[in-house]
Formats: sequence, C-alpha cells, structure tokens
Amino acid sequence: MRILEVRGLSKSFEHGFFALKNVSLSVSSGEIVGILGPNGAGKTTLIHSILGLITPTSGSIEIFGKKLDHGNRLELLSRMNFASNYVSLPQTLTPWENLMVYALMYEVENPRERCARMLELFDLYHLRKKISRSLSSGQMMRLTLAKALLNNPEILLLDEPTSGLDPEIARKTRELLKDMASRQGLSVIYTSHNLWEMQEVADRVIFLKAGEILMQGPSSELLGKYNVENLEELFFKALKTAG
Amino acid sequence: MNPRHITAVILRQLYLYKRSLTRLMEIFYWPTMDLLLWGFVTMYLRKTAEGIPMFVSYFIGALILWDILFRAEQGVAVSFLEDMWSRNLINIFVSPISVTEYLVGLLLISTFKVIAAFAVTSSLGWLLYSFNIFKLGISLLPLMLNLVAMGWTIGLFTSALILRFGFEAEILAWALALFFMPFSAVFYPVRILPNALQAVAFFIPASHAFEGMREVINTSAFPVADVLWATGFNLLYISLSLVFFARIYKRVLMKGIIPKVGE
Repeated sequence: MRILEVRGLSKSFEHGFFALKNVSLSVSSGEIVGILGPNGAGKTTLIHSILGLITPTSGSIEIFGKKLDHGNRLELLSRMNFASNYVSLPQTLTPWENLMVYALMYEVENPRERCARMLELFDLYHLRKKISRSLSSGQMMRLTLAKALLNNPEILLLDEPTSGLDPEIARKTRELLKDMASRQGLSVIYTSHNLWEMQEVADRVIFLKAGEILMQGPSSELLGKYNVENLEELFFKALKTAG
Repeated sequence: MNPRHITAVILRQLYLYKRSLTRLMEIFYWPTMDLLLWGFVTMYLRKTAEGIPMFVSYFIGALILWDILFRAEQGVAVSFLEDMWSRNLINIFVSPISVTEYLVGLLLISTFKVIAAFAVTSSLGWLLYSFNIFKLGISLLPLMLNLVAMGWTIGLFTSALILRFGFEAEILAWALALFFMPFSAVFYPVRILPNALQAVAFFIPASHAFEGMREVINTSAFPVADVLWATGFNLLYISLSLVFFARIYKRVLMKGIIPKVGE
C-alpha cells in the first residue's frame, strides 16, 4: 500500500536556483527508501518538503492518501517523525525530560512507559537523569532517534541519522529500522553519505543530482543494470554519466 | 487548541529553569540589582531634591512596573531563542503542535516569569524602601496587564524577526524593549518630552500605564483615560504582532529557511 506519493515536485529559490526539479516518487508501507546524492543534490529539500517545512513551487505531496496542505499538515505530522544530525534536543534537559516533553507534543499514550522503553531501546536508560549536555555526540544522536520513534510513527524521515554513531550502534539502528519496517510496516525515507549502510538498509534507492532523479530502483537491480559491484561504484558512475 | 501541546511547551521551559541558575538570574538577579541601584539613588536624590513630592513612589513604582514589561517581553523572545540555541526549533515545527499553540505556550511562560519577578521586586520595594506597590489598589491590575501586553507584543515582533533573520537578530530580544523606554515616560511625565516625542509617546501603551501610575499616586483616582488608551493600543498592536508572526512564518516556509534559522 502506497502511503507517500510525491508528484512533479519542484522548488526554486531566489535567483532562479532549482533545489528540486519535477521529482516524483512513491513509498509503500514497510519500505525503506534511501535517498542518495552529492552535496546540494536536493535530499534535504525533499525531506523538508515532505515535512511541510518548505512550500514547494509546484507539484504535490500525498501522505496517507491526503494531499499535504496547511489544513491537514499537523494531523499528518502526528503519524510521522523526523531525526537528523543537524537538529538536536535541548541539552539543558535530561534525556528523560526531553522525551517527556515530546511525548506530550505527540500525545503518546502511557508516556512514562513509552519513554522508558525508547531509552532502553537505545541503551540510554541508565543516563536518563544526566543532563543531556554531558552525553557524547553519539548518545545525543541516539536520543534524537529515540524521540523520532516515540510516537510509533508510520513514516520516519531520517536525514543522515547515523553520522556520529559508532559502528556497533549504527548497525543496531539499521537492524531496528529493518525490523520495524517488516514487523510494523514502518516506512522510512533515509539519506546518508554512507553508501555501504544504504546498500544494507534500503529496499530501494533514489539517486538525486542537482534536484533531479537520475535513477531509482532496488539496489540489486541498479547494480546489475549498471554493471557495478556496489553503490559506491554506482554513485561515481552516476556522477560521471550525468556530467 | 490542544492543552497537551501547550503544556509541552511550558514543561520544556520549566525543566530548563528548574536547574539553570543562569536562567533564574534572568528573572531574579537583574530586577534585584536594578532595584537596589536605582532605589538607593532615589533615596539619595530625595534628600537633595526635596521639591519633588512622591519622588520615591514615582521612581520605585516605575522600576517595578517597567520590569513587568521587560520580563514579559523576555519571557516570549528569550524562550523562543532557547529553542533556537538548542537547535530544537525544527523538532517543534515538524511535531503536531501548531504555531498558535507554541506561541500561547510562550505567552504563558512569560506570565510565570512576570509573576515570579514581580513577587521579588514588590517585596524588595517594601522591605528596602517601605514602598508598597499594592497601594495603587485596583488600578494596579489594568496597569500591569497593559504592560504585560506591550511586553508580549514586542516579544512576538522580536521572535518573528529572529525566525526570519536567525541569530543576526537575537540582540533585539534585549534591545527592542529598551528602545521604547525613553518614549514611555517611565521615570518622568510625558509633558517633559519635546512636542514631537509627546506625539510618539501617545501611541505607546506603556506611556499611558506610567502616566496612569503617577495619577494614582497623586490623586488615588482610577486612571480611566490612560487605561482605556493603553488597552485600545495594546489590542491593536498585539493583533498586528500575531499577524506579523504568521506572515513571517509563511514567508520562511516559502523561502525554505526554517532549517537555517538555528545556524
């Protein structure tokens, strides 16, 4: 079942710069879609457009069968969540306090139990009373991910979520996402510059360059089609081909 | 309007103030220092400038009331900045909380700050200078409410500008309220100002609040005209500030700069 449909999405900024050009994609329930591309390809603009943080110049975004607009944005956001390495949580609060605040914002049922569960899941429960400022950057990122799963979202948008995580925690995070996708039908849109990670976690990858989709499909299919061993080779080949 | 969303905004700030000495200083330290410094200056001047009746009442009363406006403004603008400083603003704007709920949360936090600071300044005024602000009687309430409303208006304008221009505009959180101080006739009557500035002062709600305070001290009469003018202007300005914030928010979405405001 398709739960996200982006059609002909374009976003231009001042001076005629197009961050996205006629982008169309869809995401099904339980699917993990990786967005690849060099810096400035439009990955973050795409994610922010889906979150309603950026008003598109043209095109439409349909989430859970409803066209995203000012009237239903908050209702749709209550079923989604987001995490990124460029966003943080107040470091003057403890992990427990941070999650309790967001549990209220997302109207989570049994907030205390849910916050404890999320902290345990990301191995942060023993740090729950520590001031977040004293956490390492990896622990802070885990806290941000805990926040992102607090409301049991149906769509999760992750912009570079594993940067700053040690390899073991990054692996656990990928496994958790894959598990939630297969068991609960969680759909994930995921950007990362770690192409090995992307190959492991994504059911399908979308390659963006200069705001346009260059190619999309399951990793294995794309590797075969372009006769390359891995996504890293594909990345460089795609950049070269596209000039 | 969802009360749980508003509670979340308030809870986030209460958690912060629960353990942050520097943030508590913002509420208690500066008003206390102001009151000590200017209060003793006033006591000294009273001995040398005996020609001005009610001098202590005018001055200490004005200090206490000005702090209400300043705390109300800071309660909105600095609380907004807290979410910018902590790179938390995007988390809030991608949660199901509406901008209105977020702003209402900030206004309520501002109210708590005003009440806490007023408790300190009014107590100190009484303890140190035997000045009882409550002698203003029932007039005190509309005067205070009007100063809070003007503080909110400045806070909302400031927050909108910070949202639009990022940290470049953060100095406004401290500077903009002070800009209005000379024209608000805080420590002197409006008639002292040059004619052109008297005209400017007329449109500033705080000038009516301070004129009203002096009228009550002088005559004990309820300052009907001043309260009405201040209320009218405040209703207009606070509506304009909300419209301004909404327009800026919409513009920021169009320009796609919310992600950048915390940078």
